[in-house]
Amino acid sequence: MDPQIIIARRVAKELKSGDLVNLGIGIPTLVANYVPSDLKVFFQSENGLIGTGPIPEQGMAHPTLTDAGGRPISALPGASTFDSAMSFGLIRGGHVDVTVLGGLQVDAHGQLANWMIPGKMVPGMGGAMDLVSGAKRVIVAMQHAAKGKSKIVAKCNLPLTSSRPVSLVVTDMAVIGFPGGKATLQETAPGVTVAEVLAVTEAELAIPDSVPEMKL
Amino acid sequence: MRAVSVEEAVAMIPAGASIMVGGFMGVGTPERLLDELVRQKKSGLTLISNDAATPGKGVGKLFDAALVSRLSATHIGLNPKAQQQMLANQIAVDLIPQGTFVERIRAGGCGLGGVLTPTGVGTLVAEGKQQIEVDGKTFLLETAMRAQFALVHAFLADYLGNLAYALTSRNFNPVMAMAADTVIVTAENIVPVGVIAPDHVVTPAPLVDYLISNG
Repeated sequence: MDPQIIIARRVAKELKSGDLVNLGIGIPTLVANYVPSDLKVFFQSENGLIGTGPIPEQGMAHPTLTDAGGRPISALPGASTFDSAMSFGLIRGGHVDVTVLGGLQVDAHGQLANWMIPGKMVPGMGGAMDLVSGAKRVIVAMQHAAKGKSKIVAKCNLPLTSSRPVSLVVTDMAVIGFPGGKATLQETAPGVTVAEVLAVTEAELAIPDSVPEMKL
Repeated sequence: MRAVSVEEAVAMIPAGASIMVGGFMGVGTPERLLDELVRQKKSGLTLISNDAATPGKGVGKLFDAALVSRLSATHIGLNPKAQQQMLANQIAVDLIPQGTFVERIRAGGCGLGGVLTPTGVGTLVAEGKQQIEVDGKTFLLETAMRAQFALVHAFLADYLGNLAYALTSRNFNPVMAMAADTVIVTAENIVPVGVIAPDHVVTPAPLVDYLISNG
């Protein structure tokens, strides 16, 4: 299975009926494709919409109905729209149940860096800092390693997105939680052993007696 | 409120002015005002805008014409021209978390000195800012932000200047309409007074100084 699809399918299992969910760009966006149709999840687009629907069919797009990247989307029955102060009030105020974001690095204490690489990539943080500071649960969806280098690091050397630790990291190899503030291997991806995860993880991971395989 | 042509409105904006422009990735942006700023070559602008849109679209046009000297924004990663101008030090860029950006503008429009936010504590954003403890929790003091001109785009404007917005083109527009000395509005549709029901007015008419006539 494609690594990104493993991640998206596993993250989708974290969502519950009634949740207000904000998905970041990249892998997180794919999560919406794997939410069971009987689950009533509200997706927020931070440019001012709750109730985002799929990309509209050819000819059905409207210039005033867009996602946070400015691309056309649709709205589901029951959707609502609002200004940016309300949108970030929802985010910072703890009304968003789950946010799923991409990451550059997550460290052994669950701190996330995902908005800049000094001297190389300085696009701006957009809504990321508010989401990590304010959403009830923060899930990072990212590849375990990039170019053979672990993205689960002992300590982030890229600028942090927030001092608040994230709740869960889902990669193509593992699910990592932070009970008691310590990175802990909670699940492995199908066909991946604990030893294989440890071999490509820079951060020290606590290993419980039993590490189940991800259910997708 | 006075109805004016787009040429007249932009003639009131001096070179070097501070402007806040509504829109999110060019959605809900007063395109005609931006086209006219470019035509009248209003340079040295201080721009307050969520993003830099993309080249040829929304505030992206101001970067195409190199009219911006200072920018306060939350994300400019989708406009390579704005990125180049920042890296070449042609524009001074202040990158602000989006929730902080909108609250600073809201504070500016609501007579507040600033807001206390947890966003940015313990990050680069906190550098040089006052930190304040409230009930054992740490917040950053983020000061109010205003501009000389707000350029706003609405879906409906009535003859008095009451405004209503459409879907995701609302974004920063109503907040910015509170936070500038002079508010200039373009609207998709200009309609008789009464068409927008009182409950559906988002920006009340007294906030609007100039409405750009259509057609």
